Amino acid sequence: MSEPVLSVRNLRLDIPIGAGTLHAVRGIDFDLDRGETLCIVGESGSGKSLTSLAIMDLLGKRIERKADKLVFDGTDLTKAGARKMRALRGDRMAMIFQEPMTSLNPAYTIGDQLMEALLLHRKVGKAEARRRAVELLEKVGITGAERRLSQYPHQLSGGLRQRVMIAMALMCEPELIIADEPTTALDVTIQAQILRLLVDLTREMNVAMILITHDLGVVARVADKVAVMYAGELVEAGTAKKVFDAPMHPYTRGLLRCIPVPGKTERGSELGSIPGIVPSLVGEVSGCVFRTRCEEATEACRGEIPFRESADGRHNFRCVHEAGRRAGVEEPA
Amino acid sequence: MSEGNASPPVLELRNVSKTYQIKQGMFGERKPLKAVNDVSLSLQRGDVLGLVGESGCGKSTLAKILLGLEAPTSGEVLVDGEPIGAQNRRLLARRIQPIFQDPYSSLNPRKSIRDIISLPLRVHGIGDSASQDKAVREILDVVGLPSRVMNSYPSQMSGGQRQRVAIARALIMKPEVVVCDEPTSALDVSVQSQILNLLGELRREFGLTYLFISHNLAVVEHLATRVAVMYLGRIVEEAPVGALFDEPRHPYTEALLASVLTPEPDLGVPDTHLGATYPNPIEPPTGCHFHPRCARVMERCKGVAPQLTSDGEHSVECHLYGQESGQAVA
Repeated sequence: MSEPVLSVRNLRLDIPIGAGTLHAVRGIDFDLDRGETLCIVGESGSGKSLTSLAIMDLLGKRIERKADKLVFDGTDLTKAGARKMRALRGDRMAMIFQEPMTSLNPAYTIGDQLMEALLLHRKVGKAEARRRAVELLEKVGITGAERRLSQYPHQLSGGLRQRVMIAMALMCEPELIIADEPTTALDVTIQAQILRLLVDLTREMNVAMILITHDLGVVARVADKVAVMYAGELVEAGTAKKVFDAPMHPYTRGLLRCIPVPGKTERGSELGSIPGIVPSLVGEVSGCVFRTRCEEATEACRGEIPFRESADGRHNFRCVHEAGRRAGVEEPA
Repeated sequence: MSEGNASPPVLELRNVSKTYQIKQGMFGERKPLKAVNDVSLSLQRGDVLGLVGESGCGKSTLAKILLGLEAPTSGEVLVDGEPIGAQNRRLLARRIQPIFQDPYSSLNPRKSIRDIISLPLRVHGIGDSASQDKAVREILDVVGLPSRVMNSYPSQMSGGQRQRVAIARALIMKPEVVVCDEPTSALDVSVQSQILNLLGELRREFGLTYLFISHNLAVVEHLATRVAVMYLGRIVEEAPVGALFDEPRHPYTEALLASVLTPEPDLGVPDTHLGATYPNPIEPPTGCHFHPRCARVMERCKGVAPQLTSDGEHSVECHLYGQESGQAVA
């Protein structure tokens, strides 16, 4: 096996606030291979977006980033300065945001914005950059690409704008794309088209992707690997098949029970729910973070929580209970 | 379900249209945009009508017409058989109440929860402050909030709690119909299921009728008793929930259903065959408005608008079904 394109060990993010420190992300580990898609799924406040911003070093000054290892394509990001990061962003690593209207500059044409990264990072002329921009617009399925170059973002629909964002991310053939809720603002029909495009292009160009979403349907259909985050911790990770077919962590199981599945959930039946709210992450956080909402919780959940790994290492979860359930309790059929 | 009922439908739309005059450019001429185009629907008491379609199809305009926030350009809306044009907004508000998508922007941040929920009572001059407080306490209990939140402000509450407040405010007037416009799309998955369960319970308990607007088809399938599919201002298919999801007829409905991403990892991302983008509603395509995106388009679809065909329960507007329609419809 070759080196992973991104390797993260014990990533921690602390936000100093008035009364103390908010431990927003605590000890995240994962590896991402070339061409692989990792979906990070979690609810609001789980730290999934912060984790991605931490990799891009886009956190802002207030948030303190610590990691035992944060290596991207041979570069140690913990030691990379602002200049090095600027050289990497938009070139070797690119980002796609949720709302293309706010992440595209309304005052510049599509063409200017597409060509910017290439002109900045590569020694190419305008004609060459223009040729590449047209090529990529065609690749993301935009017709009349030449004409689009001189248009402004407001002249395009939401779906087209998101296609432009994808083309922009791919301009310099990056090693890694981070897509943060790329289809949440789009209609379901457009969502399917954009996700297909992302999956096909990243596969074809062998680009690794981190896709951040709260939508379990998107995760199941797109991910090679899944990481489930809750309150700043990675509670379960594994291949999409393992996590969806045999979810181990009580939180993952709870989430899957919350969503109605056409053809499976009985219409009008009571949906599962996760009572309670996410605990405060200010000050010392100990034990299992999910124990206050967990139906499997016991005294032992206040102590050290082991990370349990399957024999082939392709599925692991953080829980005191060996199978993610209290001993002797059977899951109702 | 309540078909074959002698009483008039609790809510009925008869050939309702809403046309906006849109000016293109500063000196451009005004052109008509048919946001809602000749829509007829009827809801029996206890029905949950799911209304689905892409953004711009007219779902929210339809909701505004029902709430009396927009007057239809033509056609009639009837509540319990009475046309609402004859009623004033105040009377209408007693019978139809809304729940909106975003509980962060739909609650006044400077008012306490007590003030927010009791506002409809005060507007209508119902009871004194003691009885209003009592009503607020009761309705908080119904939506699953402790009565101590009465003195809280929206900023002190979570998204799910705020949506419960919005539901309490809608229900305090004991309306017959609740228009839910994307009521759970701003909420987290675990909170969404709690709100959906609550809406289901309330409907059973109080015999409420919902118009449930959502882009989440899995949620619509779960909650709705009937479903209407809207495209460019028209209802292109309407049926009981089982028939619509199990045997969709309109190619647009098929494409919508195909685009639902269920949490099944082996299936991959579906190809919806909806190549072209959503058309400009000011210049809708000729013939069947859906034909440029339709996987089963025929020559006739390009020139002739399809007629509604119905077998009583399941109606569809598509040339694949029904007899020769022959004449073009304006």
